[in-house]
Amino acid sequence: MATVNTSAKVKWGLLDAVVVVFALIPVLWIASLSFKTTPTLTDGNFIPRDWTLDNYKLIFQTDQFVRALINSIGIALIATTVAVVLGTMAAYAISRLDFPGKGLLVGVSLLIAMFPQVSLVTPLFNIERNTGLFDTWAGLILPYITFALPLAIYTLSAFFKQIPWDLEKAAKMDGATQGEAFRKVIAPLAAPGVFTTAILVFIFCWNDFLFAISLTSTERSRTVPAALSFFTGASQFEDPTGAISAAAVVITIPIILFVLFFQRRIVAGLTSGAVKG
Amino acid sequence: MADIVLDKVTKSYPDGTVAVHGIDLEIADGEFIILVGPSGCGKSTTLNMIAGLEDITSGELRIGGQRVNDKAPKDRDIAMVFQSYALYPNMSVRENMAFPLKLAKLDKETINKKVEDAARVLELTDYLDRKPANLSGGQRQRVAMGRAIVRSPKAFLMDEPLSNLDAKLRVQMRTQVSRLQKQLGTTTVYVTHDQTEAMTLGDRVVVMRGGYIQQVGDPQTLYDNPVNLFVAGFIGSPSMNFLPAAVEESVLRTPLGDLPLGDRMRRELSTADAPRQLIVGIRPEHFEDAALIDDVQRAKGFEFTAPVDLVESMGSDKYVYFTVEGEHAASADLEDLAADAGGADLPPQDSLVTRLSAESRVRDGADAKVWMNLDKIHLFDPRDGKNITLHEGRAAGVSAS
Repeated sequence: MATVNTSAKVKWGLLDAVVVVFALIPVLWIASLSFKTTPTLTDGNFIPRDWTLDNYKLIFQTDQFVRALINSIGIALIATTVAVVLGTMAAYAISRLDFPGKGLLVGVSLLIAMFPQVSLVTPLFNIERNTGLFDTWAGLILPYITFALPLAIYTLSAFFKQIPWDLEKAAKMDGATQGEAFRKVIAPLAAPGVFTTAILVFIFCWNDFLFAISLTSTERSRTVPAALSFFTGASQFEDPTGAISAAAVVITIPIILFVLFFQRRIVAGLTSGAVKG
Repeated sequence: MADIVLDKVTKSYPDGTVAVHGIDLEIADGEFIILVGPSGCGKSTTLNMIAGLEDITSGELRIGGQRVNDKAPKDRDIAMVFQSYALYPNMSVRENMAFPLKLAKLDKETINKKVEDAARVLELTDYLDRKPANLSGGQRQRVAMGRAIVRSPKAFLMDEPLSNLDAKLRVQMRTQVSRLQKQLGTTTVYVTHDQTEAMTLGDRVVVMRGGYIQQVGDPQTLYDNPVNLFVAGFIGSPSMNFLPAAVEESVLRTPLGDLPLGDRMRRELSTADAPRQLIVGIRPEHFEDAALIDDVQRAKGFEFTAPVDLVESMGSDKYVYFTVEGEHAASADLEDLAADAGGADLPPQDSLVTRLSAESRVRDGADAKVWMNLDKIHLFDPRDGKNITLHEGRAAGVSAS
């Protein structure tokens, strides 16, 4: 029995290692590129021979990148907040209430989630040009919310469904209004779900390239993924690989921080002990 | 504290199903009343309507003389204990119990005092700072009770509060609930599907079935004078024996033999619309080993001989099972009882359960001579399940003159 266990462990360990390596090598590679000097970029060494921080200095010296970073953070945070707040309310209603058109609402949000975004780029471009939203923060925030909402609603309603309804009834019996019951009892229990959703939505907004490149034209609202594609080297003929790599590393940092920060809040089994399981 | 009056309260759902059919019930101030019945009988719906968690379709609900149909649960000043306990997992025991007081905006000192008083009554003082997840089932149940009693509401509603506990703890908590209710003297409505709980706890018991009240009364009345087959079969454990019977001239033909009919029964059964087929109901304790019966009693009863199927000795008395040949009693009420999960108490159709004295010498496999008390027999009309031996609400047996 013990041998079976050991060999199973080894097998799983190997498999895990393969997956981790597969996922991490490109990241490490980008990181490695970002520390290389321009002449050694293509020397094929995984570990840079000639370390430099020039690439980082370069991107922070350009207005282009700093401005894009601010745009990215602002747009992603606003879109996430709005999507999570709206999503929480919608998901609560979907999981707790029976109202006419509920099936339709769920269906439509699923439809939006499945709709190929690329087919919307042209109409959105025209709409935003005509309404003056083109190349503004709002011009990106709105489509982000639209596409993040289905994600938020689905994840959150799954979380809400796990919360025993008796708790809400108990709160009402204890003298709470509907609002108090939600705020004081349901919301704290739904917090892990809300944070998980927030992370997912934030990553979605942060990583988007399609809308960012199509619906912006200047530094005014261009986000980092889009701005990266406009990077140029020191001269027109110089390869900006190093700078792009450095920027790529920089923009993964907020995501990592975001996840680390909220991870503490995501405590599994927070609802245990509420009811006899 | 207050009385609760249900006046033709009905609950129907948009899809047309009716859960509760216009029930009338008056619950006196300080009374401990039990709603009991099989699942789907409308007892929980009734409780939820009193709580305000479900809307009342028609009829009127008055608490303390005031119509509360349209009041939110929080404005009714009643507390509820849920089957699942519904403790707030993110709060400690103290916070759980303080929650209703905090919502009532009491000052901190009063809250602390009340919580600690309640904790003392429920022996929870040592657990006040624990989270519900770190409590045993019985402790969680007590916290749920604590949350209900801290704010001294007008009434307690309890929705099967003990059904998640194991058997031993349930008996323990049953006594505690009963004592607590006596001590506080608060009107309590208690829902259960367990007839033993109903019998032991309540001042009065309401037996419900299919959204209708079958009978309301104190436990002994329900036990002695059930108005119909359903109540007769539901109340009591082991439950009442039911046998088919045919009315023939002056006797009642049953699989056990011909039972003599008293004058009054004969008169009633000879009317034009009286049923020819009946169901005889008799409780296990109304049988006795014929060898242990004195002559005076012998004259009041009926004796028969049957093969013993099984003897279960309880020490204080013996449960003896007999096999009965012939047809089975059939009625919609009996089918309902059998369908209910609580129907596990029902004996199999072809066996007769008797409770004989411990001194009885009956043995497995042998034939035994058994006496039964004719005064305690109930006769039911299989068509509507009505108990036709009831006179002015009291059962009189078949041989009464």
